[in-house]
Amino acid sequence: MFHYDGSSCNGCDIEVLACLTPMYDIERFGVINTGNPKHSDILLITGFVNTQNAEVVKSLYRQMPDPKVVIAVGICAATGNFFRECYNALGGVNTVIPVDVYVPGCAARPEAIIDGVIRAAGMLEEKRNMLKDRK
Amino acid sequence: MGKRTVIPFGPQHPVLPEPIHLDLAIEDERVVEAIPSLGFVHRGLELLVEKMDFQEMVFVAERICGICSFMHGLGCSLGIEEIMGIEVPERARYLRTIWSELSRIHSHLLWLGLAADAAGFESLFTHSWRVREKILDIAEETTGGRVIFGACKVGGTRRDIDGETLVRVLGRMKDIEADYRSIAAVFRDDYSMRHRFSGVGVMSREEARELGAVGPTARGSGIARDTRELGYAAYGGLDFEPVIEDAGDCYARCMVRVREVHQSFDLIRQAAAKIPGGPVEVKVKGFPEGEYFSRLEQPRGEVIYYIRGNGTKFLDRFRVRTPTFANIGPMVKMLAGCELADVPVIVLSIDPCISCAER
Repeated sequence: MFHYDGSSCNGCDIEVLACLTPMYDIERFGVINTGNPKHSDILLITGFVNTQNAEVVKSLYRQMPDPKVVIAVGICAATGNFFRECYNALGGVNTVIPVDVYVPGCAARPEAIIDGVIRAAGMLEEKRNMLKDRK
Repeated sequence: MGKRTVIPFGPQHPVLPEPIHLDLAIEDERVVEAIPSLGFVHRGLELLVEKMDFQEMVFVAERICGICSFMHGLGCSLGIEEIMGIEVPERARYLRTIWSELSRIHSHLLWLGLAADAAGFESLFTHSWRVREKILDIAEETTGGRVIFGACKVGGTRRDIDGETLVRVLGRMKDIEADYRSIAAVFRDDYSMRHRFSGVGVMSREEARELGAVGPTARGSGIARDTRELGYAAYGGLDFEPVIEDAGDCYARCMVRVREVHQSFDLIRQAAAKIPGGPVEVKVKGFPEGEYFSRLEQPRGEVIYYIRGNGTKFLDRFRVRTPTFANIGPMVKMLAGCELADVPVIVLSIDPCISCAER
């Protein structure tokens, strides 16, 4: 799994980090947070996309190996929240890359994030099988 | 003298979840110059005053940053209340103080965890965050939110803490503080933490003053400046002194935060002992007209709000000068001349909150 902060307010980011700590401990499901897009199958994005970071998000997505799953965490990543009214906001993450799982909340709760990641892991398995069948 | 090379640091980098980009000009292993470039989380929310009315702006302000979110809401409300001449009930002022200090504890614990992580002390990171979760439980119990409370509004607070809950929370806080004390001892005395932080990113008192450092970054260099002394909310009735350290290095800044957590526990206890009864909000009538600068102390330092109302429900201007923005200058100063391997620790030592700085 790989985490990138779009234009979030930090609220969701610290909840994503909280998932790594002993209280929630997402690693018990076999998910590790890496800092490298080339090592990851799941891209977790918090916050919406703005004109400055749109290219960064696209580039990170391109760098990930197939199959890949994208999770949009929080209301900003899903729709842009009230920030979509801002002059430099492009909108939710789905305006630049395809999103597979949406996690609701402002800020998203750690339980919801864990649920989203597990769903994403399931989808990853499906996508992997589809790729195999195609071969 | 080696050849000068430029290493890009960020926007996606290993220290923080937040994007910041630095161009580091390196000679051999030494950083000669650091050039920051910002804007990856710029949202332009100050311009939202054209679309959201002044009461909704408190919501917007809370989402400037998810860590000190309560205090952003508070700063916005304080400014608007001052313009409109609203007298906030005494109980609400004490509640605001309690929640502000809870935010400070959780923010400092978060920072201490990240600092331990940057120093390569993974287990200390998880211990800090374990304690932080207990603080978040209290926040959730009293406000309903874990990181974004939504408890502050123009004219008072949206929620009240009943007496029974307050007693229960205070009881739990005693255990949490004992737990925290054992972690604080590691930050203070552990050989590897001292080794990693001591003498790194030194900023003298004069430099801190000239560059306009705020918060723990300034207090770590021996400047006794704490905006809470202005006595906003209920701070005027509480007894505390700014925490200062003199060394001006990363270790000093770390110690300021370690000690401030104890101070915050103490302030919450004082506030809980003095909290009067009565209502927690007053009705807001009319629209703000006039201007005001409200200042308050966030975990990262002094934040300033400039608010101008024009007598309609939309504000004319809303401007925020956040502590991280003030501390970027000092950070660039600290980076010049440091070793490349120390860059993450120094960047972290000002407790950067990029979403605050860029709004």
